[in-house]
Amino acid sequence: MTTPFEPRLLAGPPPASGPERLEEHRARLGALPPSTDRRDVISVVEASGLLGRGGAGFPVGRKWRAVAEHSAGDAVVVVNGAEGEPRSAKDRVLMEHRPHLVLDGAAAAAEAVGAPDVILYVGTEHTAARRVLAHAIAERERESGVRVHLVAAPVGYIAGEATAVVHYLNAGDARPTFLDARPHERGVAGRPTLVQNVESLAQAALITRFGDEWYREVGRGATRGSALITVSGANGRPTVREIEYGTPVGEVARLSTAASSASAVLLGGYFGAWTSFDDVRDEPLDPVRMRERELGFGCGVVSFSGPDTCGVAATAEIMTYMAGATAAQCGPCVYGLADIAQAVRRLADGTAPDRDLERIGGWAAQVDGRGACHHPDGAIALLRSALRVFADDFARHQARRRCPAGRAAVA
Amino acid sequence: MAQVLRLDPIRCDGYGVCAVHLPERITLDEWGYPVIEPGPVPERLLSRARRAADACPVLALSLRQAAVAPATTGSRAGIRPARTGA
Ligand SMILES: Cc1cc2nc3c(=O)[nH]c(=O)nc-3n(C[C@H](O)[C@H](O)[C@H](O)COP(=O)(O)O)c2cc1C
Ligand code: SF4
Ligand code: SF4
Repeated sequence: MTTPFEPRLLAGPPPASGPERLEEHRARLGALPPSTDRRDVISVVEASGLLGRGGAGFPVGRKWRAVAEHSAGDAVVVVNGAEGEPRSAKDRVLMEHRPHLVLDGAAAAAEAVGAPDVILYVGTEHTAARRVLAHAIAERERESGVRVHLVAAPVGYIAGEATAVVHYLNAGDARPTFLDARPHERGVAGRPTLVQNVESLAQAALITRFGDEWYREVGRGATRGSALITVSGANGRPTVREIEYGTPVGEVARLSTAASSASAVLLGGYFGAWTSFDDVRDEPLDPVRMRERELGFGCGVVSFSGPDTCGVAATAEIMTYMAGATAAQCGPCVYGLADIAQAVRRLADGTAPDRDLERIGGWAAQVDGRGACHHPDGAIALLRSALRVFADDFARHQARRRCPAGRAAVA
Repeated sequence: MAQVLRLDPIRCDGYGVCAVHLPERITLDEWGYPVIEPGPVPERLLSRARRAADACPVLALSLRQAAVAPATTGSRAGIRPARTGA
């Protein structure tokens, strides 16, 4: 088989020893190499094939180039540390334990796109992460370079969406916008803006040091490199691990008590998809492969649930959350998700009128792709996967029989 | 030059006036919000498409030149739902 994978982002002192200090970080990894030509750094990141880790998997180098093309040395880099996804914890692990890797990545990006300002946009509820980052910024105070600002992001799923981030930083309103100009053209203060996920930037910090070929040395399939995942289940607390892309779901399960007796798994988080565990046991966690199978790597959530979990109740819980998390701006998203959530809830409770299941399908078709942002699309993708994977559960609930063995909602 | 109808789903309040002017391309969903046929508006419907856009009380609908190339980054390249691929 393969040689064991050595963590990269999570190399260094164990998490229990707290945040890595600047001296430790520099002693371990050295300073960021001095920049030569902006384009050079961008080419290296492009050649690495690094994909964004906020969920969309957009190529990072291509985004840097787009911002650089619009920048006259006046761009803004926003580090997206909102991490609103309820089942994800990986950005927090980086911010709390490897703050200087995140700051290095932001500095490399700022250099590459021509940005005098970096804004760390970190969820208000992530208090430890904000405290550690504030300290890390202070440790670097006397170094010249970019200005780094720390901003507390409002709580909520939507607050991390790129246009909502820019809107909040400009006007204190963390709702998505629908403007002709994208953030990379006109974002914060009207300047070209790079909105990039925390992990994407931490990866870029390593690529800037060790190069694209080094980055591509790990990985078991088409997608190269490593990624953080958050593994959770009914038992135990969520754990964050680093894997090489292409690691099969079954292998992740073996490493985790969360997976004991798993029967279903949620891949990619609330924008992702449920699958039966048997179907994906050998499935590699590789964004390219997963896409072909109508799955998504998303932000790296791998959440197991056991046979005692009721798929309908679990879906009701998630859809209720998603309906409550809209920015209340676009009709089909607001009313459609609310109708769907209520119907799934009725099904879960065994109080659904005869046609509810059918109507859910009809609503889903009317909601998909109809909002200013991708929130409704993600929610509908998840719903459809649940209707497939838990088809038997849904049918039984529609027939108004109680849930077999009174299974719990806990996913 | 091909023209397309563009709806701003944030502005749209679902009055449905637009659909009255151009039922061939605009239908209303269950909640009264317009569903717009994608793609260029055929020549013969252009004047009515313009009227539909002008009739919108909140300026949510516009008739505009079809984009040359799709946007690659930014708002609409946010999280992609897992199942729609690239
Ligand atoms: C509803 C919604 C919520 C989002 N929340 C986050 C988030 O909490 N953190 C994040 O990095 N990206 C989030 N995104 C994705 C961002 O829009 C954006 O694509 C991302 O920050 C870009 O960074 P990346 O290319 O490095 O992934 C969200 C997208 C949507 C549609
Ligand atoms: S699609 Fe939904 S979440 Fe996105 S801006 Fe519109 S109402 Fe808000
Ligand atoms: S007329 Fe305007 S507000 Fe009314 S449904 Fe059409 S686009 Fe929406």
